[in-house]
Amino acid sequence: MTPQIVTLTVNSRTHQVALGAHITLLRALRDLGYTDVKNGCEKGDCGACAVLLDGKAVNSCLVLAWQADGAQINTNAGLGTQENPHPLQVAFADHGAVQCGYCTSGAIIAAHALLEANPAPTETEIRQALSGNLCRCTGYGQITEAVQAAAAVMQKVKGG
Amino acid sequence: MKRYTAKPLPPVNLPELRQVGKPLRRVDALGKALGTTSYAGDFTMPHMLHAKAFRSTEPHARIRRLDIQRARAFPGVVCVLTASDLPDGKLASDMPGQTGQKRRSGSDVQILAAEIVRYVGEPIALVVAETIEAAEQALELIEIEYEILPGVFDPLEAMKPGAPTVYEPDNIVARWKFRRGDVETGMTAADLVITNQFKMPFVEHAYLEPEAGLAWVDEQGVINIRVCTQVVEHFRSIARALNVPQNRIRIRGTMVGGGFGGKEDITVEILLAVAARHTNRPVQMVYTREESFSAQSKRHPFVITHRTGVTRSGRITAAEIALIADSGAYPYLSPYVLLYAAGMATGPYRIDNVRIDAAAVATNQTFTSAFRGFGGPQACFAYEQQMDAIAQQLGMDPLDFRRINYLQTGDKTASGQVIESAAWLEETASRALEALGEKTPDHDAVKIGWGFSSYFQSYGRITWLHDTSRAWVGLEVDGTVVIRCGTPDLGAGQVNSLAQITAEILGVPLENVTVYSTDSAVTPLAGTSTATRQLYMSGNAISMAASEIRRVLLERAQKLFEEDLDNLDIADSRVFVKDRPEHSIPLADLAAMCAAEGLELHNLAQFNAPFSEPIDPETGQGRIWPDFTFGSMAVEVAVDTETGEVDILKSIACHDVGRAINPDSCRGQIAGGSLQGLGYAVMEEFKLHNGHIMTPSLSEYLIPTSLDFNPTEVIMLESGSGVGPFGAKGIGEPALTPAAAAVANAVADAIGVRIHEIPLTPERVLAALEKVAAR
Ligand code: FES
Ligand code: FES
Repeated sequence: MTPQIVTLTVNSRTHQVALGAHITLLRALRDLGYTDVKNGCEKGDCGACAVLLDGKAVNSCLVLAWQADGAQINTNAGLGTQENPHPLQVAFADHGAVQCGYCTSGAIIAAHALLEANPAPTETEIRQALSGNLCRCTGYGQITEAVQAAAAVMQKVKGG
Repeated sequence: MKRYTAKPLPPVNLPELRQVGKPLRRVDALGKALGTTSYAGDFTMPHMLHAKAFRSTEPHARIRRLDIQRARAFPGVVCVLTASDLPDGKLASDMPGQTGQKRRSGSDVQILAAEIVRYVGEPIALVVAETIEAAEQALELIEIEYEILPGVFDPLEAMKPGAPTVYEPDNIVARWKFRRGDVETGMTAADLVITNQFKMPFVEHAYLEPEAGLAWVDEQGVINIRVCTQVVEHFRSIARALNVPQNRIRIRGTMVGGGFGGKEDITVEILLAVAARHTNRPVQMVYTREESFSAQSKRHPFVITHRTGVTRSGRITAAEIALIADSGAYPYLSPYVLLYAAGMATGPYRIDNVRIDAAAVATNQTFTSAFRGFGGPQACFAYEQQMDAIAQQLGMDPLDFRRINYLQTGDKTASGQVIESAAWLEETASRALEALGEKTPDHDAVKIGWGFSSYFQSYGRITWLHDTSRAWVGLEVDGTVVIRCGTPDLGAGQVNSLAQITAEILGVPLENVTVYSTDSAVTPLAGTSTATRQLYMSGNAISMAASEIRRVLLERAQKLFEEDLDNLDIADSRVFVKDRPEHSIPLADLAAMCAAEGLELHNLAQFNAPFSEPIDPETGQGRIWPDFTFGSMAVEVAVDTETGEVDILKSIACHDVGRAINPDSCRGQIAGGSLQGLGYAVMEEFKLHNGHIMTPSLSEYLIPTSLDFNPTEVIMLESGSGVGPFGAKGIGEPALTPAAAAVANAVADAIGVRIHEIPLTPERVLAALEKVAAR
């Protein structure tokens, strides 16, 4: 398997990397240092590896790196910073939606994709959108509350 | 079931505090939300190698031939280690002298299996390579021939004479006995004697973060191991296993991506230490999900038999209880888990005549060890179904019946230990039941049922283990605070509690506290993040350390303001006179003043739990635990009598947490623990067939998703009576304990027949319904 040069644009940084055809986007991203993308199962069961691929939430362990060639990839760590956190990140921190935090980046990515498509989701819609993101710590209730709180903040910001 | 109203609470005087008791943003929360927190698998180093374990595919076999030549020759492979590279490659798994039982020879864990493998997943060889891909490919090139040995896969079979032995002389790993009063007399005094047997399966922790770590040998020759662990003190066992001095192993714990007991035993760190020492290069090892499932512990399956004597008026006169636990292939913490299950097997009830016999038995299955609750949930599943079964036979309401027998403060447990703190059983049960509201009506084939359960569960380690915790607090001259404390943070807010308590005592905002934790060499050893002990132990240690600094500050301020000590206080980083708050000084200025005068603004404190003698081996009498948490859970279930499916419509968890240091965090513990318990009740089973794993990954082993159940409603009560800081009790483990029994009781209420085994799968429900139909 001769490696191919793949162009990955992650959180607005562009990388050109030589990768074997079987290397998943998850492994490629983690090797590039995007360690907020977590490996919980490597087969699509847990959602910890979720990233936005051209705006759509995908499990990066189910995507081969070359399939993301040229695409825009966003990970949770690219959404905000200490000084300027994303409203979802603030809401997760403030509503007890973060315990061990291992599921958090994936859950925020799934929530982000949901709010893009549906800025004011119901509780059921949130639970459906996050049903692929396993969390063993929180019992999910506080995650749902956090997404609702973030949605309210984001709507206010949009509404001016 | 009738409607319930909450029992009024006794008066409690809990002072209003400035930071403790407030739902502040946890100090670890934003980093995790931003994705900037580093976990054990995220660290890399220059020249780092990758390790992969070659594992047994047989539950019991002799290794006839192991050929690593082709793997060793594979490009990129640096070495392939086997047992022959580790002359005394053993790791103590049982703990001699601590259970009061003789240590069993031959039951030590093999770091790499030498001759015999005893479970599927046992490590045999370790491949260390330049890349993870090379290590993975080299695994495929290892050749092995097994001579299959007869295995034993059922603890009841394993106890029979002539059963294959997992290790000599027999399969009994541990036994405990409790004797109180006179069971024969108690049974004679009973109007009814009721016997039931209950069964529980293997359960997987399924934390989202598989085990991971990175080890290297530093310039002092110290083996450093970065790892997600609940126990940084494992540096001692690792040193013993490698035959190096204990000060030559340093565990640098990381934020743990969930532990629940599964990261209480040694995981990757011993393999990493071996590999780093052998190669003199940094080595990373990250388990796959499948490896995490096969190579690490499970919750103990139990078979628990209750024989209870009771009078017509509802007083329990005697209890005879037998418990058998499956320890899997190695003892690990089985003797202790068994002790917990046995010591709490009566449930939170006053029973004067008790006989309890418990045994843990080895089988050729995945080993079992700590899992949130540590035997408590298994015990509760049995005793709380037994209580409902008795109430039903007596024709009594299940709460009325329990009320007659609930433990009260001052009563004694099966080991004769006196309950010293508040025992809010009826208080929690009546509140949980009240919160169920109106019962949903049955519709079509769907039958609705209500059920509840009450429990008691220890927090803090066994008192004869002489537990201690140390914590260090320092006040900087700019008024900010540094904490150093060995506490591992599993995500339950362990570190935040330390910060929030310190912020309260030193009167600084929480943001002004920085915590360094979980390093066995540079943070004071605080003991394990297990046994629901950290808030109790390290919380008390940090209170002591912070209070000492507060004393120094206030004594200096006393001179400054010429005021009585108790008329001085600290808040918002100012020291002030209480009745004249305009008389104040910034904390930073006072700190600088103290520093200039050589006053010590740092303190290392050690908190010691009460120490006791081990319990009597023949009667089990004596103190076992520091204290207990009490609570109840009520659920409403919908059982589809056509499909057998159990849906949990409502669940209410009501616990007396003593004092919630951070109510949001505390609620999160209860909500998350409850969901794990609901999963235990209806869906989770780690299945083995003749020692082979049938649920090898998260595709087969299903844990609850956001859609499975409505979130548990949490009612937190605060008696302020715990032995933790500010009257806190422990809630991490107790949160899970009552769930499965509550669900089983609700299902029995819905369908009119009791199912004695979890999980309550559609097959089991349908089988039970057929039994009713056949009656
Ligand atoms: S790691 Fe991709 S879904 Fe679990
Ligand atoms: S917070 Fe631990 S898995 Fe979600």
